Order: sequence, then structure tokens, then C-alpha cells
Amino acid sequence: MTPRSRLHVPSPPARPGQEPDFSYLQLSPAGAVDRPDVSASARDIENLSLELVRVLDDEHRAVGPWDPHLEPPELQVALRHMLLTRLFDDRMQRIQRQGRISFYIKSTGEEAVAVAAAMAMQPGDMLFPSYRQQGLQVVRGRNLVELMCQCLSNTRDMCKGRQMPIMYHFGPGNIFSISGNLGTQFPQAVGWAMAAAIKGEDHIAAGWIGEGSSAEADFHYAMTFAAVYQAPVILNLVNNQWAISTFQGFAGGEHRTFAQRGPGYGIPGIRVDGNDFLAVYAVTQWAAQRARQSAGPTLIEHVTYRAAAHSTSDDPSRYRPKEEWRAWPLGDPITRLKQHLIALGEWSEERHAQLHQELEAHVTACWKEAESYGTLTHGPFLDPLTMFDDVFRDMPPNLQHQREEMRALLEAQRSAAGAEAEPHEAHGTPTRAHEG
Amino acid sequence: MARMNMVQALNSAMDVMLGRDPRVVILGEDVGYFGGVFRVTDGLQRKYGEHRVLDTPIAEGGIIAAAIGLGVNGLKPVAEIQFADYIYPGFDQVVSELARIRYRSASEFHVPVTIRTPCGGGIRGGQTHSQSPEAIFAHVCGIKVVMPSNPYDAKGLLISAIEDEDPVVFFEPKRIYNGPFDGDPHKPAVPWSAHPRGEVPDGHYSVPIGRAEVVREGAEVTVITYGTMVHVAEAAVRTTGIDAEIVDVRTMSPLDSDTLCRSVCKTGRCVVVHEATRFSGYGAELVATVQEQCFWNLEAPIKRVAGWDTPYPHAFEWEYFPGQARIAAALKEVTETE
Repeated sequence: MTPRSRLHVPSPPARPGQEPDFSYLQLSPAGAVDRPDVSASARDIENLSLELVRVLDDEHRAVGPWDPHLEPPELQVALRHMLLTRLFDDRMQRIQRQGRISFYIKSTGEEAVAVAAAMAMQPGDMLFPSYRQQGLQVVRGRNLVELMCQCLSNTRDMCKGRQMPIMYHFGPGNIFSISGNLGTQFPQAVGWAMAAAIKGEDHIAAGWIGEGSSAEADFHYAMTFAAVYQAPVILNLVNNQWAISTFQGFAGGEHRTFAQRGPGYGIPGIRVDGNDFLAVYAVTQWAAQRARQSAGPTLIEHVTYRAAAHSTSDDPSRYRPKEEWRAWPLGDPITRLKQHLIALGEWSEERHAQLHQELEAHVTACWKEAESYGTLTHGPFLDPLTMFDDVFRDMPPNLQHQREEMRALLEAQRSAAGAEAEPHEAHGTPTRAHEG
Repeated sequence: MARMNMVQALNSAMDVMLGRDPRVVILGEDVGYFGGVFRVTDGLQRKYGEHRVLDTPIAEGGIIAAAIGLGVNGLKPVAEIQFADYIYPGFDQVVSELARIRYRSASEFHVPVTIRTPCGGGIRGGQTHSQSPEAIFAHVCGIKVVMPSNPYDAKGLLISAIEDEDPVVFFEPKRIYNGPFDGDPHKPAVPWSAHPRGEVPDGHYSVPIGRAEVVREGAEVTVITYGTMVHVAEAAVRTTGIDAEIVDVRTMSPLDSDTLCRSVCKTGRCVVVHEATRFSGYGAELVATVQEQCFWNLEAPIKRVAGWDTPYPHAFEWEYFPGQARIAAALKEVTETE
């Protein structure tokens, strides 16, 4: 018979109702991967893109050359940041389910990817996240109230009501504005890093992209520009196995690791256990040193698992086994760091429970404050006329004209609504008059 | 006849065409096993297999480029771009390639690709899930641009698009996937089952591309609109009591200027309504066409009601959305002009 071509369609190892199966994952034992000098040539360290850098072993010890030897107080801070990120996510999800915000995206199970990276970098380094790295905001000291106000589109919203929830920005904390479009930030991080190099500054940049989004051309742009200009940038590819309903095989993960794309461009690729705080910290530190001493960019593949739904609009029970998260071989980043601290004698279940309680209370207090600045349905409200600001620095005539048109419309509506609702106005909660 | 919402009608169109024509293939992000984030391709992969209904990598440029290749090699691809707001990475493939391959090869090659994509706001989607970029595509020579306003047209037009030998960009106003929407978000949702155009034949039929439709006859003024705004305009006409004729454009390109201009020449007055940004919006083309062909019949300046010239703001989507109040004000202004 004459051989014929046949279209290959990737298929995930398990669908709903089937046993989770992660046998496709190539794992290395903790401590087994060499740590090369930061100035090593990309050509000589291609093994890093095939193996898996891990520090925490099954007995919760830190082992091997990648152990960053952090002091217990630093580890306790890391645990706090990760737990706060998770509790914040859980709260915001519940609030979305109550209809008080329109949308939310959790980072459950991926807290180490953001928290460890931010802790291993300098405050002046510029971060270009995707929408699942809220841990960066937590590490950089962003008050949760401000994040909540953004999700609420209220009077204290940093985006002035213009963006969907979680599309934060944090200028003073050097975190760029998050886009709802996928992958766009990745080559922008490279451009920022090129500018740092042009200006001869010390700061480096980091970008984050999902394994699914790495199919976008933006990934290729980022890799090419980073390689060509040897830009001081860390390119983080978060392989959380799922892009809404499509598993990582649909982004090309069946045939090569994502980290292996690095060597193809002449960039070191490092595959790291994304649920191992110490490992993520160590590879980020390695890549940051490399970038800072002009040895060029690094691609880091964080092997992790998207424990939550893609977003509050998604229902993963339709396309993957419910038990997959429990079967994930790299565990839970928070549990693993907690166990490590306990093994060191620097933490206990009691202290953990206490921290949990303290952070829960903190999140509650933040939410109460955030809500007092308004919600989508209850005042105080942002002035709708602000929607015309910031399209340009100087408002052009068409927008000035339209703003006046809307002002007249709103005044007409207010006087119509006022005539109807006058008796209640003194003590009622103001609600927004809709209809444009 | 069956009762269908727009999602079911679009699904039925693809089901019919997958069944009738072995060349038809569906591709896009999450369209296969999952059935699409809006469920428009639900069940099609189960029925027709993984080689007819393909999940793709997240790469809109790749999806459109691959669809071109599939089309050049004899298949009839229907590509879904998950949100119209995500179409821009594929823009070069649309503008420089898809739209021009017939022309540049003097018809030796042609590309029968349909690109389906949900558009429009009103679902708290903010600036990256609310856009109406039809004018950007209507400006490109060599692609047809379609936007239905009800399930019957949606199915018939999608079948026409798939059967068309030229590329079609097919916009689906997602705010009316489940029911006609009159512009008031506080009213309970109305299902398509209560609407005459929610009645959809199960089998094959088509609604021709390039034909507008008078959806309400009237004498005082013509409202030219399409998509979600057809229903908002109908509601505004009801509340004002003005005897307006409403024309649903249905196809942005090629434009059925005869139907539009016949109506305006009859009423002598015209209001153009769309949800997209006003400046250089599709309304500008409509106004120019009407002005060229109906100037001597016009009794008042033509008014446009459109989205403001800003990105779609999350918190203020109903202030942004050109709702009944703004349409009613324009209708009054145009009909009161002596």
C-alpha cells in the first residue's frame, strides 16, 4: 500500500470521566540538574531545556546546585505572599459568583511562578505580565484594596473603569498595563530591555506568556528580537498544561519541551518545576544575573498546572477530569514551601493556620474598604464623562463635542430620574442611571 | 420549522454544510472538543470527526493563513476567531492575502474562506471583548462583510457565506445570540422563541449576501442599521411613535444601496445607527451613499448615532452603547426639521 499523509490531531491524555494521566511529563529528581555559570554559552547548556530544575525533594529538603540558600525569614515572606495571592483569588472568585464583579481569573496553583520571580528580581526591573501573575503585584507591595477597586471599576479604580477585572497596571511598582489580548506583552518586554541596554542602565525586564499563547507570532517576535540584540530580558513561558479547553499539545508541546525553543533561537532555555518556589527563584536569579552582565536573554519554561478554570466564564469539567489537579505530580506550591519550612523547624501547622486566619481577615478588611469606594451597581460612581479622557493627552474636537453631547444627555436623564425618585433621594443608595 | 436562538441557527448552518459538502471544514480555538466558548460549534466534532472540526493553536494569524491554504487546496474552511477583538494578529493575512489572491492571480487562484467572529458589546467585556470592527474590513476590497440581526438570517447568510467562492468575514453580534435586545439591560431577557425570526428551517436554505431588508415599513424617516442595533432602533421607534422605516443592512460589503436609497427617497429623512465608533465608522459610507443617491429627496440632514470615539469602557458600557434615548433624540431631530 502506498503510504499517505494523515492529519495528526493532538489528543490530551485524559478527558472527563477518565483517570488523570501525567505520564507524558518528563521529570528529573530534585537536585539532579547541573547549575552552569551564568555566562555559559547557550550552545553548551541545551540540557537545561530538556531536564527539569527542581530543588525541593520528596522529603521537603532543599537539595542540589540550584538551592538558592534563602534564609528562613525570606521563605516565610514568600509563603505569606503566595498564601495571600491564593486567598485574594478565592475571595474575588466568590465575589464574582455573587455578581458583584463582572469577571475574574484565578492563579491557583501557579503562585510560585509569579511570587518567586518577583522576589528574585530587583524592584527597578520592569515586569510585563499576562493576566495570571497577580503574585507579582503582591510582592511589589500593591495594596489589595487597589486591586479590588480595579476589579470593581469603582471611584478608586486605577483604570478609571475602562478595563475588565484583573487588567491591572502599577507604574510605581514597575509592572506594565495588562492587555486582554494574548502574547502582546512578550515582545514589548524585549523592547523595554533593549532600551535599558541602549541607555546603559542596570535594570532588566521580564515578560510572561502562557504555553497556549506561545503559538501567537508575538512569541516568535520576542525570541527573535531578544536573540538578535541579546536583550537583558527574562522570557517566562508558563506551561500550565491548559489553554481554556486545549491542552499543551495544541501549542506544540507534544514533540519538544517549550524550553527547547530557546536553543533554536540561540537563547538558553531552562525547564523548571514551576510549583517549587526555590527552583523558580534560583533559575530567575540565574537568568537575571546573566541579563545584567550582558550575557543575554533566557527563556524559562515553568512547568505547572492551571488548577482553576481559565476564568469565571469557563467550565473545565466539560473538557478535563475533575481530579486532575489532585493527580498533578508537582503538587501545590504553597504546601510544598510550607512543608519545607516545617522540615527546617521554622514553621508549624499552627503558625500556618494562624497566618491563614490573619490573611483572611486582611482580605476581608480590604474588601470592605474597596466596596466603600463603590461597585458597578452601587455608588459612589465614577463620572461617566471621564470616559473621554486619556484617548489622547489633549482631547481632540470630536471627543470634546461628544463629551458635551453626553453631558446634556446625562443631565436630561438625571432631571427625569430626579423628578421620579425625589422622595427617596435623601437616604437612598444612589444607583446608576443606565442607558446611553 | 424549529425554534432556534442565533447560536443554534449558526450551529445548524455549519451542521447542514458539513453534511452536504465534504469540503467544508471548521477550525478555530476551542471549537472542537469543547464546542466553542459561545457553544456555536457544539457537537459538530462529535458528529463529523476531528478532521472536519479542528481545534487550533492560539494564533489568529495562523488560523486565517491555514484557512487560506486549506481553501487553495480545494476545501471550504470556516474559521472561527473567538472574539472580533482578537482578529488583528490575522489582519495581514486578511488584507494582503485573503482579499487579494483572486485579483493578483487573475482568478487562477481563489480562496473560499469564511471567517466567523463574535462582535459587539453589552456583555461587560471591556475593550477587548466588545469591539465592532466591521468598517475596518468593509474598507478592504475583495472580501465580503456580513452581519445578521436574527437567527433566520444568521443561518441563511452563513450558508451563503460558506457556499460563496469568495472570502466572507461574518460578524456575529453576540449580545443577541440568545435573544433580541432592545438596548435596556435592566429589562428581563427576551428569548428568540418569542420572535418571528427565531423560526428557522432545519435543513438547507440561504439568505443572499448583498441584500438589505426592510424590517419595518414606515413613511416619516428611514433608519439604516444592522446587527444588535436593529432591535434597539425598533424599540426607539416604538417609544417615539414616529412612523419610521427600518432597513437592516445585513451585508456591509457589497452594499445593497438600492434598497437603502429607495427607502430614503420615499421618506426623505434618514438616521444611520451602529454600535461601532462613529469616526470613519461604517455609517460614514452609508451617509455618503444616501447623500449621493437621494440628495434631491432629502428634507433634513442625515444623522448618525454611533458609539463614542473611545475604546469600549468596561464600567460605562451603557453610557457608551448608543441606546434608545440617543436614537429617539436623533429621530425627533430629523423628523422635526422643516
